[in-house]
Amino acid sequence: MSRSGSPATGFERNRLLGSAAICAVVGVLSWAAWIPLAEGAGPLQETGNSQSSGVGGSTSPFWGSHGLAFDYNTLVVWSGAVALGAGGGVVGVFLLLRKQALLGDVVSHAALPGVGLAFLVLELVRAGSGKWVPGLLLGAALAGFTGIAASTLLRRGTRLKDDAVLAVVLSVYFGLGIVLLTIVQRLPGGNQAGLPHFIYGKAAALRMSDVQVISAVVTLAVLVCLLLFKELRLLAFDERFAAAQGWPVVALDLVLKVLVVAIAVVGLQGVGLLLVVAVLIVPPAAARFWTERLDRMVAISAAFGALAGLAGVAISASWPRVATGATIALCDSVLFALSMALGVERGLLRRWWHLYAARRRQDEHHLLRACYELLAGERGGVAPQELCDGVVRVDGLVRWRGWSPQKLRRLLERGQRRGWIRPDPQGWRLTPAGAAEACRHVRNHRLWELYLVKHADVAIDLADRRADDIEHVLDPELVAMLEEELETGGGLPSSPHRVATEPTSATG
Amino acid sequence: MWESLDSWIAATGAVAASACALPGCFLLLRRQSLTGDAISHAALPGIVLAFLAAQMARQAGWLSDAGYEASRQLFLLAGAVVLGVGCAVGSEWVQRRGGVEPSAALGVVFITLFAVGLVLLRLIADQVDLDPDCVLYGTLENSVLDTVPLGSLVVPRALLRHLALFLLNLVLIGLFFKELRIASFDPGLANAMGIPAWLMHYLLMTMTAFTAVSVFESVGSILVIAMLIVPAATAYLLTDRLVVMLVLAALLAAASAWLGHAAALFVPRLVFPWLGYPQVTDASTSGMMAVVAGALLVAALLAGPRYGWVAQFLRRRRLATRIATEDLLAWLYRNAERGQALLPLESGRISQVTGMSRTRVRRAVGQLVRRRWIERTPDGLRLTAAGHTAAVNLVRAHRLWESFLAERLDVPAARLHESAERIEHYLDSQMLDELEAELQLPERDPHGSLIPRQARDE
Repeated sequence: MSRSGSPATGFERNRLLGSAAICAVVGVLSWAAWIPLAEGAGPLQETGNSQSSGVGGSTSPFWGSHGLAFDYNTLVVWSGAVALGAGGGVVGVFLLLRKQALLGDVVSHAALPGVGLAFLVLELVRAGSGKWVPGLLLGAALAGFTGIAASTLLRRGTRLKDDAVLAVVLSVYFGLGIVLLTIVQRLPGGNQAGLPHFIYGKAAALRMSDVQVISAVVTLAVLVCLLLFKELRLLAFDERFAAAQGWPVVALDLVLKVLVVAIAVVGLQGVGLLLVVAVLIVPPAAARFWTERLDRMVAISAAFGALAGLAGVAISASWPRVATGATIALCDSVLFALSMALGVERGLLRRWWHLYAARRRQDEHHLLRACYELLAGERGGVAPQELCDGVVRVDGLVRWRGWSPQKLRRLLERGQRRGWIRPDPQGWRLTPAGAAEACRHVRNHRLWELYLVKHADVAIDLADRRADDIEHVLDPELVAMLEEELETGGGLPSSPHRVATEPTSATG
Repeated sequence: MWESLDSWIAATGAVAASACALPGCFLLLRRQSLTGDAISHAALPGIVLAFLAAQMARQAGWLSDAGYEASRQLFLLAGAVVLGVGCAVGSEWVQRRGGVEPSAALGVVFITLFAVGLVLLRLIADQVDLDPDCVLYGTLENSVLDTVPLGSLVVPRALLRHLALFLLNLVLIGLFFKELRIASFDPGLANAMGIPAWLMHYLLMTMTAFTAVSVFESVGSILVIAMLIVPAATAYLLTDRLVVMLVLAALLAAASAWLGHAAALFVPRLVFPWLGYPQVTDASTSGMMAVVAGALLVAALLAGPRYGWVAQFLRRRRLATRIATEDLLAWLYRNAERGQALLPLESGRISQVTGMSRTRVRRAVGQLVRRRWIERTPDGLRLTAAGHTAAVNLVRAHRLWESFLAERLDVPAARLHESAERIEHYLDSQMLDELEAELQLPERDPHGSLIPRQARDE
């Protein structure tokens, strides 16, 4: 950060250029929305309209079948879903990092009464104008803002905790929305207004005009995110530091909330209010497994969102009676599950592999140390040659560590492959390399034991166990410091406690 | 308008809401309100799958038609409880294993399950008669039509079921009250005392899932969350005691159900004909229940005895007035020391000389006159004997504190006054005696003013 000390007064040029470039990409992402427009809307659009009204008119909004083929309509739906997914992915990253992941859920639920009220107001102004979508979306956005305001007020002004505030606002607004919806459906024309679309979404019946609104809003939201990238990053990671540095934290927070409302409101039409939160939090949560860098996380999250939109629409278009919005949400979830399993930065497989590799290494260290102690007991300063001369018997090893015979066999084979031990008619012998390695681990173990006993007042009996865990992670620098501290003179110290050797093991 | 059927609807809703409010209190206290939300969402696929399983069992001939009717409810309960608890467990797993932030983990899991439910619901639409609107919003109005005779009364079956659920929740909470309370407020202490906090956690999760799915037919799976959390939150604003909170939450939930049904019947009828839509006569009862519950929360927010905004505002204003009166008293005393015993009559002039705002001066003077600590004379305001006593104690507190700060804490003289000006309002006479003894009866404060000896009330 070149100018972390002072708030930005102007934008750097390359930042602007980069943002413009990425926005161009986003624009291309929604290409399908513009190309058919240039070619002139064909007769196919008519079928799209009739399908959507057919869905709205059926008894339950996601009952009707819209068996989409890969035609003009699918392209329209695709571009809408991809744009929404990408936009949700970008904005959601900042929401997730600010630990406000479920704010999107509150906004989308709070938007419902806004839709209902907007319909009523529009109808009152001029009968029959209640279906004017931009008006309904405006109502939704305003209501979403009052939802955010109400939750802020409740959080600041009462002793209710965050989770309770969200639950209260969400459920009361949704209740109000349901009330208004039942009222609207009793109005003339209210049944055809398609307001239930806002609950379940109508991704499969999106029209060109809807997609234009979605891609315009998403492009704007992404542009704002990129222009304010540095500021939003600071807000997401360390709000207090940002405030102390003089950044307008409240304004930035407001900007983020505006973006969330914008995405949630266009998401109402796409996946519906119940599933908006999937678009906003699942792709970022999935992207988190792949990277520790915010810029990459934003890119991955946007790509995941777009991919889920693509796949969701494709799946629901290929099979009859598969709800599009829910399928998009499910594709997001599948991506999340895959990321959680495979993510290269925080994924489970990687973590398990690390754990497994560490266990293997530890076992190898223990094997070498067992060999040493069986041959030399607690004595220190043993010459490697003396170790090479002794024979280690398998039953001694079994007794020393309590390994199962199978595990010990595998371990011994591994040690042989590494050239540390070689078989002998009576058991196993250390090679010179193995003896040196064994001395190193025994030294680490004993140094730590001595340190614990001397400086941490740990009982001698306990020190052995504790040192078992630490010996594997001591780096040479730390070992040198320990040696200096304990004044062992660089050699291999003898053990602070007795180590039982086998009288018959060392043949010399 | 309000017929006997409406009473049954309201009663059924009220019992369902009360049953929800009981586990809701613990969810709220444990900061798991959103888990309740998640569970009620996640119950959807459970309901659909259970429905499908029951249907398939009937088609395969394992269940007779009568057996299907009888066991359908059990299937639903089992399915929804399994997935509801599975949602809680799954989100904890994602949170711990994946290192995902808690609310995001919860969101990911419940939205996934919910989406599965929605997809299934539509896929199997031909095989089952499960109306999604019924699952989501409930059909309280229709559920009371299914009745059973009970003595001389004909009672809706749903009411009896909800009553049983309410009693079950009550008994469970009664049995594990101590454990639940300790585990809710201090899980660490609970573990140390040998109470398995995790068991209480899963008891609560199971209870929530069971409750949510039992009442979903009445209030809908989405609005269950309103009845779980909103009355509990309202009660939380009104009291600090858990038992009182539970009782209040149950009562508030019942009240919001009853009032909600009334509002659903009457409010649209009052408003919409006036707007030119006479055909709008009622609205969704379950939605209105949530709205009324929200309205009750706002009322508690404003008018609550201890945490209410009005009470807080009054308390703060009373304190401000007390401080203003005391400042005015002390000011009068100091002026009397300098030989000017009178204060001008107009509050504007007082405001000018004391630097207090005019409204504050007006309120303080009114207070002082009412208490007979000052009196109005033709020339101005003057301290009475009682007022003199009060003022002496204040000034004594101020100057003793200054002496203490200067002598014991080495605070520079320039910073003494500010601290004493604030603390003088909070020192009681016992504290003053101790200060005086500690400083060995000081004559004068660091600024050289005389410290008055304690004045006794006559």
